[in-house]
Amino acid sequence: MSDNHKVIGRSVPRIDGPEKVTGAAKYTGDLKFPNMLYGKILTSPHAHARIISIDTSEAEKLPGVKAVITHKDVPELKYGLSPARWDENIFCIDKVRFVGDKVAAVACVDEETCYRALKLIKVEYEVLPAVLDFRHAMDEGQPLVHEEYERNINTEIHQEFGDVDKALAEAHHVRTDVFVGQRTYQAPIEPHSAISMWEGEKLTIYSSTQSPHYFQYYIAREFGMPMGDVRIIKPYLGGGFGGKLEPTGLEFAGAVLAKRTGRPVRTFYDRAEMFAHNRGRHAQYMEITTGVDKDGKILAAKANFMMDGGAYTSLGIASAYYAGALLPMTYEFDNYQFDMFRVYTNLPACGAQRGHGAPQPKYAFESHLDNVAADLGIDPMDIRIRNARRPDTVTPNDFRVNSCMMRECLEQVREMSGWDEKKKNLPHGRGIGVATGSFVTGAGYPIYRTDLPHAAAFIKVHEDGTAATLYTGSVDIGQGSDTILCQMAAEAMGYRYEQMKIVAADTEITPLDFGAYASRQTYMSGAAVKQAGEEIKKQLLDMASTMLSLPADDLECEEGVIFSKSREGKSLTFEEVARKHFVLKGPLLGRGAYTPPKLGGSFKGAAVGTSPAYSFGAQVGEVSIDEETGEITVVGIWDVHDCGKVINPRLLHGQVHGALYMGMGESVWEEVLFDDKGRIRNAELANYRLLTAVDMPPIQSEVVNSYEPTGPWGVKEVGEGATNPTLGMFSNAIFDAMGVRVNSLPLTYEKVWRALKEKREKEETIAA
Amino acid sequence: MPQAITDKDGVKRYLITLNVNGDAKTVLVKGNAILTNVLRDELDLTGTKKGCELGDCGSCTILLDGKPVDSCLMLAVEADGREITTIEGVAANGRLDAIQESMINHAAVQCGYCTPGMVLSAKALLTRNPHPTEPEVREAIAGNLCRCTGYVHIVEAVLAASQGRTAPADH
Ligand code: FES
Ligand code: FES
Repeated sequence: MSDNHKVIGRSVPRIDGPEKVTGAAKYTGDLKFPNMLYGKILTSPHAHARIISIDTSEAEKLPGVKAVITHKDVPELKYGLSPARWDENIFCIDKVRFVGDKVAAVACVDEETCYRALKLIKVEYEVLPAVLDFRHAMDEGQPLVHEEYERNINTEIHQEFGDVDKALAEAHHVRTDVFVGQRTYQAPIEPHSAISMWEGEKLTIYSSTQSPHYFQYYIAREFGMPMGDVRIIKPYLGGGFGGKLEPTGLEFAGAVLAKRTGRPVRTFYDRAEMFAHNRGRHAQYMEITTGVDKDGKILAAKANFMMDGGAYTSLGIASAYYAGALLPMTYEFDNYQFDMFRVYTNLPACGAQRGHGAPQPKYAFESHLDNVAADLGIDPMDIRIRNARRPDTVTPNDFRVNSCMMRECLEQVREMSGWDEKKKNLPHGRGIGVATGSFVTGAGYPIYRTDLPHAAAFIKVHEDGTAATLYTGSVDIGQGSDTILCQMAAEAMGYRYEQMKIVAADTEITPLDFGAYASRQTYMSGAAVKQAGEEIKKQLLDMASTMLSLPADDLECEEGVIFSKSREGKSLTFEEVARKHFVLKGPLLGRGAYTPPKLGGSFKGAAVGTSPAYSFGAQVGEVSIDEETGEITVVGIWDVHDCGKVINPRLLHGQVHGALYMGMGESVWEEVLFDDKGRIRNAELANYRLLTAVDMPPIQSEVVNSYEPTGPWGVKEVGEGATNPTLGMFSNAIFDAMGVRVNSLPLTYEKVWRALKEKREKEETIAA
Repeated sequence: MPQAITDKDGVKRYLITLNVNGDAKTVLVKGNAILTNVLRDELDLTGTKKGCELGDCGSCTILLDGKPVDSCLMLAVEADGREITTIEGVAANGRLDAIQESMINHAAVQCGYCTPGMVLSAKALLTRNPHPTEPEVREAIAGNLCRCTGYVHIVEAVLAASQGRTAPADH
């Protein structure tokens, strides 16, 4: 692992920077096509209702309306993201299941006509009682969201590893705590958008998607088309965070409207519709029990969870498994039990949000661990260091961990935050908290069952060698994969980053890649790109060997220069060798593909949470609390991440900042709120309370010097891992400041104020 | 009030002139046409983004007579005759503004959807206050929401530009 890298490890500027800062970058909603129509979806105003009739005749008569469609006009086949539970229809047939469920759609000459047409569609409903509280969804006598799922159970998990009861019986101290999480939403700033068009039997969709491949697969399946006739193109994308991972009504309805009218149709969500479509973070109810020895070493843990799935499955089966699968990552223990019910409710469906399933369980576990430490009189940092996972270990649920610097992350963040000093000296009302997190570096298995590689790439060196284009199906959703992969390609080829071009995320042009989710691109797409780059380099060195009459293994290529390792002065430029290759042998191409090794155990659900590598991280946060109002001021946050080799430091820290930002919002401010009819009360960015620049504290992000032996150049995850510790870290900092524990998210000023009031009242009663 | 034209269906439209990025553009708009939509749909200036259409996110920020405003909260007719700068008008003759360059070099751009609005809010700040403090920078971009960056690199980039640097200190 020589560190003589020329292109990776440097903060090169983003390849898309100039286009983005000048407004030239085109996002899906910025595209226009000749003759294009506008499409909108009519959604349900009720949380749960039977559809008695739909009358579209008035809407059809309105001038400017080109098509009106309902369930009668589209395939009846159910779709979804998790193959085990396809439970969604393009349009509802018998009943609607949440406020926002899809009922009909229109295509019109302009947006204004769309809204008028939607108002003219008459839907007669019989309103049904709704399930709005997930804690009671399984109770006797509750209405059923889907008749075929008894007691509203969508997913049920029972896993046990080791002997939990025995370990708890033998433990020095056993404690149980209960925590509750809230529903949050990804809230990317770019609203979802799709433009669908047909040429004969071929369907093309420009879409704000995190995975053109999954869109292609699911759309082809829904319409019974060969995948080759479905082309998905991702233009610039304005943030996803998990919310743009699955095809929506925009693509399905848009495709049908475009077919009907023979014209391109742009469909889109406004901000309120995005909230209604949702697929954000599941609210979870979490009961945690652990048994520890007298030094605080964890002997066994029991997690008993329930999550609010909303009306459909989305990626929720995976979310449910992830919630438990990633709990035993950062600390070592052998005995572990995980029970989970994911239930249906008449609310928008939940899915995969940054940190997928893991941040809330982490909040629960990290808060609980501080309670245990307090019971035993152990410093929260010490109890974590004592339990920290070591490299080359296997978790109780059979995940193999290679590189792991959990302990070093904790030690470094202790140092960097001034933990010991602050722990001693912070006044009442000021507090400091620590928490850890870990995340997968890509999922070990694809979302639908297939033996296709997870990533592929090819590189074309232009005929005169002055440029090379990387073709990749990977998806830059803002995280910077286009830049990172061009750095990796240039490094592998011995080329210059500045001469790289990229074509990405177009299923007709670029090779297969599963897309941007589960923090997989730098590692998995990077592995394919590295292989493609090395294939180019090998061909170049072979050609240069003939040109220089030197053995190929005496030659090296770096930053566009091919030179002899043994003889000074013998060199050629990349350009001249590449040109010669083209003249004598035709196009200079490199190809690569990546398939993960077989991973995980053989128990039910063993596949979820498997990954070729895991990131680790630790965060410390300092808060100050106003006892009169409960107001929380964040003084500072320190993060140390074990993310393997860093390809682009600035982009990497940007990922940590963004993940932390989302986690911080979820800790204290963000929550999707509903009224008693299942309608969202705060479907706007300001009332949902996205944090602004003035709300953000100083953030310090560092990495440990780590290397993942299975990754290209030693890389692993960064994009989501830093969301995982944040919620627990805030909970612990507040606990430290006030000596009170708020047991539900978000940890609002009001909850803190109430907890303080209760504490005071209790103290007064004791004093009296 | 600008000149009004009524079509055969009785729909009234107004003939307005927008001075956009130094060019006078005359367009015919309905009284209820939102300025963002006219810029994007009629003038093809799609660098002005729509994130909420409620005045919450600042993606649609433009400079109106030099002041940053949410163009989604304005009717096009209200902008008749006024000077508008959109993101497309910030770089002059193919040369990036210092703020733009600094944003690139500091990796202050991720998905880039908030970026046009951020650049314009920062531009307005540095025009009226060339040497702002960090809290002043944060205040100036507080109406521009970014879901990607936690604002860390954005604030660094604007401060650096105000100090005549466009490369980060760690470069
Ligand atoms: S689109 Fe104007 S403020 Fe959000
Ligand atoms: S860079 Fe994505 S919203 Fe700011």
